[in-house]
Amino acid sequence: MLQLTSDNNWKKLGEHHVNSEHDIVSVRQLIRYYAKEMNMGIIDQTRITTAVSELLRNMYNYGGGGEVHVETGLVDEKQTLIVTCIDEGPGIEDLELAMSDGYTSGKGMGYGLPGAKRLVDRFEIKSERNKGTTVRIMKWK
Amino acid sequence: MNNEMHEKRIPIIKIGNFLIVSIQVDMHDKLAIQLQSQILEEIEKTGAKGVLIDISVLEMVDSFIGRMLSGMASMAAIMDAAVVIVGMQPAVAITLVELGLEMPGVDTALNMEKGMEMLERRLEEEDYEL
Repeated sequence: MLQLTSDNNWKKLGEHHVNSEHDIVSVRQLIRYYAKEMNMGIIDQTRITTAVSELLRNMYNYGGGGEVHVETGLVDEKQTLIVTCIDEGPGIEDLELAMSDGYTSGKGMGYGLPGAKRLVDRFEIKSERNKGTTVRIMKWK
Repeated sequence: MNNEMHEKRIPIIKIGNFLIVSIQVDMHDKLAIQLQSQILEEIEKTGAKGVLIDISVLEMVDSFIGRMLSGMASMAAIMDAAVVIVGMQPAVAITLVELGLEMPGVDTALNMEKGMEMLERRLEEEDYEL
């Protein structure tokens, strides 16, 4: 199983639950706040916020909601905002397919995962059937 | 939490032949869907020929909101009304393109005034053709 990048020196900024559409809105606003706090430029703030919004919607629609961990720290010697979305849903059956443009399994239109990936500097995903899915995205400052 | 947000409706103003909608909140999905049907109902009720949607305050448009906007433009077109999206922030435009979201059939204008001119021009052209 693929391992997600992690580092004990990362500083935890927050942990948030996503169990409703309102949570999607408030958590994506928090992500923008954290990005702003890091002095990220306006376009990068918008990129990470939008990417997170896509992930949260996936998590809410398919994973039955979940948790979001926000951290900051050095990745490849660059100051980075790290957002991890964790659900305990059914997992993604075919990751390769889910990551391909134009794929959709229902309510979405297939932009979710590949779209989010294009907006960030690093994208990692781990999914296990009947256990859940974890997506970790990173954006350099 | 956020119950008041749930009940909030986005106002639609009618001026002449046009409807004007200014989205001032970060919309959750249900609110976006609600706005879509609200606008279509208003087109039917008033016979408006155009809709201006100001999104200059929106700091983010994700695939859901983007699809809602382009879906609305196609539905309005079937009802003989044109939709113009006004005031998209540059960062939002860049992000939408990178996300891979094309918005076919959606006209955009830099600001309300230009959007209004666009709709008026279109209406004149239609009158001329008739």
